Amino acid sequence: CAVAGFLSKAGKRVSGRTIAEMMTVMHDRSNGLGAGYAVYGLYPEYRQAYAFHLILADGRTWAEVEKILRQNFKICEQQEIPVRRTGRYKKAPLLWCYFCEPLRLDREKDSDELLLATVMGINRLAPRASVMSCGQDLGVFKGVGYPEEIAEFYRLDQYRGYSWIGHGRFPTNTPGWWGGAHPFSIGEIAVVHNGELSSYGTNKSVLENYGYELSLRTDTEVMAYAIHYLRRQNLSWSMVAKVLAPPHWAEVERMTALERELYTVLRRTYGGLLMNGPFSIIVGFPGGLMALNDRLKLRSLVAGVSGADLYVASEEAAIRQVCPRPEEVWPLPAGEALICRAGEASACHVA
Amino acid sequence: MKIIACQGLPYRELNREVRRLVAAGEDRLWLRGVNGQRYIAAGLTGRVQLRIEGTAGNNLGAMMDGPAVYVDGNVQDGAGNTMSGGEIVVRGSAGDIAGYAMRGGRIFIQGDAGWRVGIHMKSREEQAVLVIGGKAGDFLGEYMAGGTIVVLGLYQTLPREAEAANPLAGNYLASGMHGGVIYLRGRIPAWQIRGQVQTSLTIPEESPRLQTWIEQFADRMGLDCSALRRETFTCLTPQGARPYAHLYDHSA
Repeated sequence: CAVAGFLSKAGKRVSGRTIAEMMTVMHDRSNGLGAGYAVYGLYPEYRQAYAFHLILADGRTWAEVEKILRQNFKICEQQEIPVRRTGRYKKAPLLWCYFCEPLRLDREKDSDELLLATVMGINRLAPRASVMSCGQDLGVFKGVGYPEEIAEFYRLDQYRGYSWIGHGRFPTNTPGWWGGAHPFSIGEIAVVHNGELSSYGTNKSVLENYGYELSLRTDTEVMAYAIHYLRRQNLSWSMVAKVLAPPHWAEVERMTALERELYTVLRRTYGGLLMNGPFSIIVGFPGGLMALNDRLKLRSLVAGVSGADLYVASEEAAIRQVCPRPEEVWPLPAGEALICRAGEASACHVA
Repeated sequence: MKIIACQGLPYRELNREVRRLVAAGEDRLWLRGVNGQRYIAAGLTGRVQLRIEGTAGNNLGAMMDGPAVYVDGNVQDGAGNTMSGGEIVVRGSAGDIAGYAMRGGRIFIQGDAGWRVGIHMKSREEQAVLVIGGKAGDFLGEYMAGGTIVVLGLYQTLPREAEAANPLAGNYLASGMHGGVIYLRGRIPAWQIRGQVQTSLTIPEESPRLQTWIEQFADRMGLDCSALRRETFTCLTPQGARPYAHLYDHSA
């Protein structure tokens, strides 16, 4: 697979053309069975609304999904996601966007749970229906095709955002279908992933205890839910990374007593969310990006900076395609997260 | 000298053009505007010289036998994968698995190299040699069966404490090594390497082969590396001819 990410630390909103170009130069890493993009800062005029981007097989499913949505949300506005239905996309599924407000606004803590229950309820209808994204001021656009085809289909050049992530899929173990394309998004996070998670079974059984249902038939789904869960536990991004890709015990033994205690407790508490197997991921969140390799670095991930712009991609060529002379280009080390936030004057730091 | 404008050129077309020109007897090619194209010079034989401007894509010079490739830029993953002969000079840095299973020829990297560099290197008649100007990541020389890896650490400061990790290589250094030799500048604490590998200290002045590789590196890069002549290097070699003969033998 191919992954790419872009963040304007200055908060400048750029069109989807940049991320599409990054993905296009890595064309040969995908096989046309899935591609997609997530963008933050997409709906500034509806910043408070939860924007549900949905993939729907037919009119009957559409009605069912709207019914589920109305149990917990008030629909403020809705529209068909504008697409170019040409060529292979003449028979593309119905793609719909709802801007919603939660019905029970008095209990702040509950909005995450409402969102989770609603998304799980809709995804239970998969493959007839699935949620691409449901967060505030963000949107996912994905489907079956090469990255450049999906960018063209969704008219990505018409959208602007301060942060973008992109994915080109080369499925090896699971079907290539619309809902199985990346990014996977729930709440305010979105994730693209290159690799495979051999710990899927363990991760799945842990997540099922916390109300997550795995309906999308792709390993990356556990990564999205694990991150969503860990953030709801109020873990910092650095700690989330250390749960997903913890240090080896041999390294822990060489740490100071305090660090040793921290990593032992983290492992004891969240060991079931350790992601085993080769992976490189880019995670979008409001105001920033996180990029992470597995702890043996079995997939490639390169970062580059130019002024206030951060680029991350599977290949350096993707960065140079849109930024020929970055100030710095470096490979991400194994298991060490790159966490970068918009509005931070300082350079990106390695956790 | 023939120039190929590579900007936006798909890798298949680019490599077809290189092979066509080499077959027609061209002995010097200049590839301009390269950005991520894969398999450049892969499987190529003969004495041709290739100059590449830009970022060379994955598997540069894979399985090649003879050509001299000079890269004015960085190379992505898999440079010199299973190469048999010839030379790759990289004026920037190299990605993961550079020199993977190479069995002959030389690779000189001015900057850093990534993870799993030189794993399963072998040697045929001519020795495979990989010289890194900067540092390498984890798994350097894993399963190494022959050839030479040299890590100079020209841009790194070495720690003074005896037990501190040598920053020129990461974890799993030379694990599973059963042939060949790795020269790493500085000392290596025992915990950074596994059993079955032995270490000794040397300086280039007293190690003519190491000195030769450093001189060749300096020559290719146009650098003065004479300051390294009396620097301490750790020399890693396998213990005996069959260091893992009893690894899975629990009968004792």
